[in-house]
Amino acid sequence: MGEIKKNNPTEALLAQHSAPRKGADWAETLRRAARERVLGMGAATRRDEYWRYTNPAALNATGAPDVEILQLDETPVFDGVEKLLITFVDGVYRPDRSDDLRGENLEISTLETALSADIHWAQDVFGALEANGQSPVPRPFAALNTALAGQGVVIRATGKVSKPVALRYCRENTTSEALIHHVIRVESGADLSILENGAGASRLNTVMEVDVANGGSFHHLRAQGRDHSRLASTAIFARLGEESRFKSFTLTVNGKLTRNEVVIDINGDNTKASVAGACLGDGDFLHDDTIFITHDAVNCESRQVFKKVLKNGATGVFQGKILVKPDAQKTDGYQISQGLLLDEDSNFLAKPELEIYADDVACSHGSTCGAVDENSLFYLMSRGVPRAQAQNMMIMAFLDEAIQEIEDDVLADDIRTRLLGWTERHSA
Amino acid sequence: MFEIKNLKASLADEDKQILKGMNLKIGEGEVHAIMGPNGSGKSTMSYVASGKNGYVVDAGEVLLDGENLLDMEPDERAAAGLFLAFQYPVEIPGVGNMTFLRTAVNSQRKMRGEEELNAAQFLKIVREKAKSLKIEADMLKRPVNVGFSGGEKKRNEILQMAMLEPKMCILDETDSGLDVDAMKLVSEGVNALRDGKRSFLVITHYQRLLDHIKPDVVHIMADGRIIKSGGPELALEVENNGYADILNEVA
Repeated sequence: MGEIKKNNPTEALLAQHSAPRKGADWAETLRRAARERVLGMGAATRRDEYWRYTNPAALNATGAPDVEILQLDETPVFDGVEKLLITFVDGVYRPDRSDDLRGENLEISTLETALSADIHWAQDVFGALEANGQSPVPRPFAALNTALAGQGVVIRATGKVSKPVALRYCRENTTSEALIHHVIRVESGADLSILENGAGASRLNTVMEVDVANGGSFHHLRAQGRDHSRLASTAIFARLGEESRFKSFTLTVNGKLTRNEVVIDINGDNTKASVAGACLGDGDFLHDDTIFITHDAVNCESRQVFKKVLKNGATGVFQGKILVKPDAQKTDGYQISQGLLLDEDSNFLAKPELEIYADDVACSHGSTCGAVDENSLFYLMSRGVPRAQAQNMMIMAFLDEAIQEIEDDVLADDIRTRLLGWTERHSA
Repeated sequence: MFEIKNLKASLADEDKQILKGMNLKIGEGEVHAIMGPNGSGKSTMSYVASGKNGYVVDAGEVLLDGENLLDMEPDERAAAGLFLAFQYPVEIPGVGNMTFLRTAVNSQRKMRGEEELNAAQFLKIVREKAKSLKIEADMLKRPVNVGFSGGEKKRNEILQMAMLEPKMCILDETDSGLDVDAMKLVSEGVNALRDGKRSFLVITHYQRLLDHIKPDVVHIMADGRIIKSGGPELALEVENNGYADILNEVA
């Protein structure tokens, strides 16, 4: 790994990971460039504007923590859905537990294979969307991922893909560290759904670069596992062409620290993007959604809908930005972030940001934080609903606006069932 | 059947006593009405009886079939047979009206050790009852009371009452905010539930409601107590002369 300067935290961060298997020259060039980006921006610190609410120390620390593997008493999320399954165990692709990487209108390969081959489109996406998303806000964990990730999948959808591609992240080692990098291209008029499920590692770092061509549709649904003390930093970088559709929803329950970044560049006219999330935390829990949506085209719509239910000292963070460039007229931007605090020990920290340079736009944003409404609770109880159940109904009602962002009703109901299961297990 | 005995209650955060020794006894199948000037404690009585937070009971009992409701949680009071039709029904975004009704019905059945209704059984009953209250299917699908007109909210209260089949119903100014036709519809809904066993306490400011829901006894409440009780003619007297005469008479 070259010389390690122990007193330089950025060098130390890079030195923690062994080099991935060498790829083709183009790939190695892009990886070196990513490494330079990391060194240029430096490791994340509490002093950085976008790390003020979330302490990155545990993500920078040497070695992944020892995290007990949760024995699930329920079937995995999305289990009942027909899908093309790709399994990673402790961050490593496992062909023996995956389906054949073949499907109609679909080209799939592992990241390792793709980076050693000469795939033109991948050369334009790998590391490019991540690099593009580094300005104006640096995202060192994502650059680190591009530089050092050896695992992931590279997917190209050339038409309507009938079955979703499901990425399942399992854990077998209690101290595993994983860097996973996915590269996705949705061609013009194509339609692709990606499901992600599982905690994946004691400390997980994922990047997903999604390039949606004109008229393409991309749907993403993610459940981040239930393991209690896991750490995760994830980033999605999307580039959206004309009349394309992008939807991403994330369900998070438990986890000591989760930082989910989503960076969307809307480059083509008449495009719609939605990013939403529901999280539930009890106790030693910090969940951070950091979103940056850039409107650089006419007549586009973007939505950010984030709901967090927090108890016993859990913390929720939301940093959401809408940037409307000077020519992005007729932009319709919506942003809502809400925290429901079930006790007085929990925290919800929100920083909504709007930066608008066009004059013909409609952007609305709101952020609220509060307790369960006592009047509603009494109303439900006065009809015979016990307190715990009444409160759970209120929690589910609170979360529903985010869940409604999921287009597929069956998947949305699966998410509802998981959320209700969690609230019932945690209602006391 | 339903009895309020020397009930004294205060606001929790103001140390102000609202109910100052209230007594009331309603027999099986009877309809009583309470009228009284603003601030006399009518709504407070309904909230204290049903267990709303924010009140402290200083003394007394509220008995339903001999059981003291004040010892119970609000949901247990409901399962014991008490129902309060709210003056201002609460809007609950995100909770479907139908889900809410079914959860309420089944929670009560569970608490009473009865078998829960399955979806089909429930749907059949709710459709029948909704129809007689002119509640459209759409209203059942919408979130509880969200976007409902004043009349729709009150009809929704009566639908809940019909589904839950309580022993004792308190109607807190159910006529407020209703036009003449809506009042008639709501009253018909209430009258349909009169079966000679179920008892009602109707809180109102206006005699008009009592033309539709005919009370056996009318009580006048002032300053936290019942100060006079009589037949339906008492409501007419209030309608014609206001409360001044009655207040002077007992002062």
